[in-house]
Amino acid sequence: MTISIDNQNSNNNSLQPKGWLRYLSFSLDHKVIGIQYLVCGFLFYLIGGTLASAIRIELASPMSDFMPRDVYNQVLTLHGTIMIFLWIVPVVNGAFGNYLIPFYVGARDMAFPRLNAVAFWLIPPSGLMLVASYFVEGAAQAGWTAYPPLSITTPQSGQIIWIMSVLLLGGSSIFGGINFIATIIKLRRPGLKLMQLPMYCWAMLGTSLLVVLSTPVLAGTLILLSFDIVAHTGFFNPVLGGNVVVYQHLFWFYSHPAVYIMVLPAFGLVSEILPVHSRKPLFGYTTMVFSIMGIVVLGLVVWAHHMFTSGTPPWMRLFFTIATAFIAVPTGIKFFNWVATLWGGKISLNSAMLFSCGFIINFVFGGITGVALAQVPFDIHVHDTYFVVAHFHYIVYGGTVFIIFSSIYHWFPKVTGKLMSEKLGIIHFAITFIGFNLCFAPQHWLGLNGMPRRVAEYDPQFQFVNQISSFGALLMAVSTIPFLINIFLSIKNGKDSGDNPWNALTPEWLTSSPPPVENWEGEAPLVKEPYGYGKSISIEN
Amino acid sequence: MLNKNFYLILIISAVFGISFWIGFNVNLLPSEASINAPIYDELFRILFIIGLIIFIGMTIAVIYSLFKFRKRKDEFGDGIALEGNLSLEIVWTIIPSIIVLIIGLYSYNIYDRMGGMKELNHSHEMMASNTEKIWAGISPASNNEVGSNNLSVEVSAMQFAFLFNYPKGEFISGELHVPVDHKVSMKMESKDVIHAFWVPEFRIKQDIIPGQPTVLNFTPTKVGKYPIICAELCGPYHGGMRASIIVEEESDYNDWFNKNTKTEVSL
Repeated sequence: MTISIDNQNSNNNSLQPKGWLRYLSFSLDHKVIGIQYLVCGFLFYLIGGTLASAIRIELASPMSDFMPRDVYNQVLTLHGTIMIFLWIVPVVNGAFGNYLIPFYVGARDMAFPRLNAVAFWLIPPSGLMLVASYFVEGAAQAGWTAYPPLSITTPQSGQIIWIMSVLLLGGSSIFGGINFIATIIKLRRPGLKLMQLPMYCWAMLGTSLLVVLSTPVLAGTLILLSFDIVAHTGFFNPVLGGNVVVYQHLFWFYSHPAVYIMVLPAFGLVSEILPVHSRKPLFGYTTMVFSIMGIVVLGLVVWAHHMFTSGTPPWMRLFFTIATAFIAVPTGIKFFNWVATLWGGKISLNSAMLFSCGFIINFVFGGITGVALAQVPFDIHVHDTYFVVAHFHYIVYGGTVFIIFSSIYHWFPKVTGKLMSEKLGIIHFAITFIGFNLCFAPQHWLGLNGMPRRVAEYDPQFQFVNQISSFGALLMAVSTIPFLINIFLSIKNGKDSGDNPWNALTPEWLTSSPPPVENWEGEAPLVKEPYGYGKSISIEN
Repeated sequence: MLNKNFYLILIISAVFGISFWIGFNVNLLPSEASINAPIYDELFRILFIIGLIIFIGMTIAVIYSLFKFRKRKDEFGDGIALEGNLSLEIVWTIIPSIIVLIIGLYSYNIYDRMGGMKELNHSHEMMASNTEKIWAGISPASNNEVGSNNLSVEVSAMQFAFLFNYPKGEFISGELHVPVDHKVSMKMESKDVIHAFWVPEFRIKQDIIPGQPTVLNFTPTKVGKYPIICAELCGPYHGGMRASIIVEEESDYNDWFNKNTKTEVSL
């Protein structure tokens, strides 16, 4: 059988639309796909953020008075699912990974451009399907964890659409992971050794290993759950002899590594941004690589710390306590190394740098509460309370989302050839940082003192602190406005940035901005020292 | 050079001083009403102080670096080409490892003192069935453990209420009444979805799982009325799924118990 493939050469874009229309096409260009991921993710961030605002409005008063109770549960389920599967995972992996990895390895595209495009185009339909499930019979309302038997007994259509959507998004994530592993391992420019790659490549290699190892487990679990829902099997249904705790083990076997799928790429991105703006080499490259791999290995064996109150045997609780707490060691190394990267530099405190340093401070805070939560006796009191909500928002928002913004400020000139407004960037940072901390810091106290998570109503004594938190959420919503104005103004009439406005040494800056379709006019440069600041280095071709 | 070290020591002592002061003077927890609570609060205080030292220290280091090493207007070029320092990196691998290990062992000790590592006390007559494997909640160790004055309660959770069955009195109550300073053993089972039994003042929580009984033991130490809160998302009225635990003097408890005990028992 012969298969004729048109336009086989991914670089031959004569049939591809030009201008902004190519962002709506099935483009095979990794740079276009990266931007598609970013913009699509940001649109879902706006939806997820709207849902978050609805939650905070409901919680501004102790009674359940803003929306019906079942709608509230749908809102919190969709908020969690959208933010994780449609904003953070696709953006820190798909968007920045696709845009940067081929540059970093010195390739003209990803290893599998068509798979890459397929991986992206799975996202918009499954995301829209998820959001649209609200209009069918109500969206899923069992939380983003979808614990049975609640997920089996709530209205079925919403839960099944949720499962289908998460399965497709998980598939997209696996396609992306395979592509990144293949690209980083096999597509390196001749002469470029693994230990010469920029740190983001290592972070993406570790992340992709986690994606490929753990996401299939989630897929299998959700397929079994869907059997329980539609075919009345009894895998997790206690009425039919199923075991609900098995679901939790399987679910967290993916969903704890998912936390690292969300933060490891951010660790990689911040390792690119800090050296450039402090004009210093990344401190401790080798320990950084080993700490990433340490986090990958440990990240796979800590899942049961989400289940300390589920009824697990004592020895298991002890093992998972120690394993979880030890993740603090490789993570700590990275944070000390970043501070040492700042030390003795010549730091330009621009928007990218402000968000990166905000990330360090927020994440250290979230990491400390994380070590505390790893301790079984500590966790037993605060499990499933607002303390945990506060902890993981410090990790995923104060950590990863801060880095997404930092990266947008850092790489905007690369993509557009224009500079963003620093004034608006600083306003954006200030409102986000203050709003974020006002919103989430008080929630630690709420959790310690008796407010469980996922409730629409609460003890009136918590009203004042909840209102502080809601005010912080309002500031976070407002902070999006200067950011959006900045983006649109800068695209329209931003100052010309030149090819390399930061005088950076990583390979993506050693071509024109925006880059040509084939990434470099000639051969890709061989960058052996991507962090060689302060040294006189030559770049071979 | 001496001057520099002097300032460093001054800052480090200030960070420690502030952290200890906050740790001992700021109370973030509700009142202590079970024998678990003071043990928990001891662990909390230590984690809080260590956390404060690390957080304040790191924040100062970041802000100091941003200020001290900022690029001045007339400056161009790069910072020092410092690519790493192996001994420093080893130091900040080993010290956190030791801290984490000590915290882990210490919290293991705390957990043991709370009774979490104990094999469950099977004097509980409801648990006598051999076929039924019961998963442990925590069961605080206390000296009068095997004593016959343990109070046994069967807890049923359902959307959206807790019911407390007193087998000795053959009655069911919507409020949990317990005598102060007596060990209470609860066997908990859910009728529908997963719930959780949480009393913040006792610092205990245990999921209540359908098809899988769990046990939870505790000893209240302070007379009063405390909330029982469902902590696991269980449906639309999850936020309203609350009950009360009333800890009373033994005589008051006995009065309440006798009043509720079915009268036909005495006939």
